[in-house]
Amino acid sequence: MSVEALTRPSLVTSLKSGLDAPICLTWELTYACNLQCVHCLSSSGQRDERELTTDEAKRVLDELRAMQVFYINIGGGEPMVRRDFFELIEYAIEPNSGGDGIGVKFSTNGAFIDATNARRLAAMNYLDIQISLDGIDAATNDAVRGAGSYAMARQAMDNLAATNFGPFKISVVATRHNVPQLDDFKALADSYGAQLRLTRLRPSGRGVDTWDDLHPTQAQQREIYNWLMAHGEGVLTGDSFFHLNALGDPLPGLNMCGAGRVVCLIDPIGDVYACPFVIHDEFLAGNVRETGGFGRIWKQSDLFTSLREPQSAGACASCGAFDACQGGCMAAKFFTGLPLDGPDPECVVGNGSTAVPIALKPRPGADHSKPPRRVQ
Amino acid sequence: MTATHPILEVALELHPQVALRPEPFGALAYHYGNRRLVFLKHADVVAVARRLADYPSLADALRAADVEPSRWPSFATAFESLRGSEVVRER
Repeated sequence: MSVEALTRPSLVTSLKSGLDAPICLTWELTYACNLQCVHCLSSSGQRDERELTTDEAKRVLDELRAMQVFYINIGGGEPMVRRDFFELIEYAIEPNSGGDGIGVKFSTNGAFIDATNARRLAAMNYLDIQISLDGIDAATNDAVRGAGSYAMARQAMDNLAATNFGPFKISVVATRHNVPQLDDFKALADSYGAQLRLTRLRPSGRGVDTWDDLHPTQAQQREIYNWLMAHGEGVLTGDSFFHLNALGDPLPGLNMCGAGRVVCLIDPIGDVYACPFVIHDEFLAGNVRETGGFGRIWKQSDLFTSLREPQSAGACASCGAFDACQGGCMAAKFFTGLPLDGPDPECVVGNGSTAVPIALKPRPGADHSKPPRRVQ
Repeated sequence: MTATHPILEVALELHPQVALRPEPFGALAYHYGNRRLVFLKHADVVAVARRLADYPSLADALRAADVEPSRWPSFATAFESLRGSEVVRER
């Protein structure tokens, strides 16, 4: 997201009190996935039999169009696993009814972007593709995303480049192991004429178990901050690193947690959560199958209403950096057992490491991981 | 005023690939071509932007919308910025 001149405090204040429709809506189409990444936010693997049907998904798209949602971020699981994947994105982009389409940005591991599908994708307007890659080489990437996943992603990039798709995105989750590779990721993106997207690791989904090993060190947090400052708006971040703003001048983008205010998640079975990183009953606002559909949940659910109230700074109230970092990420706090009105576990001032957990680490809801392979 | 803000004399229009969505603070503009999301932070800017194409210049559009001349420089700056992000363009 590129945001202009966000200097007036009144704008951030109005964003915090919620918009008439989300700016950034993530819709995970399926829990099925050919991969089993160790940091998967949605603990994906196996399809859920309650997933929305094609018709139900189209009704949701009709509703989003009526609310003037400009674009949606489609993910999963691996969204291209769904047999109606092309039917749904074509319906979003070019509705039979005419009128404005909904732009689609979708995240994929690239497994299904063969030459034929690459040509089909390249022929569509208003479509952005993010191919996930979490290491600049197979060793770094496959340790997180699984054997063969590096080659798969690079093949998909080659296929898109061969069809002149245009500037697709390479989407990297920053981990302890790939922070030293930031320049290499940028060079790789440049070599494809692609755009680099770097986002923050969260202790969500299966990440709850891998966070301690994967999340960047304090020294690397500063490295990420300096690197992002040097690259400005040339690198996309989904505004996910605002907790780093306590290190100095703010990074480009919205300096706030958008959960339930400008952002939300629709999961494959139609459950609506405050953001893609909090798949847990505590942050479940409703289901699109209920009366009133998505619109009622967005505008009236108790959860979203409470998230739009002024939030307490809690233990951070006395910290001079609070205005800059806003206390960090709600999901990061929740899944590390920290109070929501206190420091982020990766607080750059150092308050995260001394914060006292108030709970055992909550287990994520809706685990769709594949069962472990039985050893013969 | 027009010497320091030449955009006031320009014939503008909302870019055909831009959609405006009303919001409590003004409007959100989304450009389906360059994928940029832009905040229009004042209801008066939104009202003028919607009707630009009806007038021969930005100044005429401001006059028609009863915008006080003392506010024209800030509107000129706002529309310079909107032209830069292709929310509006020259006709």
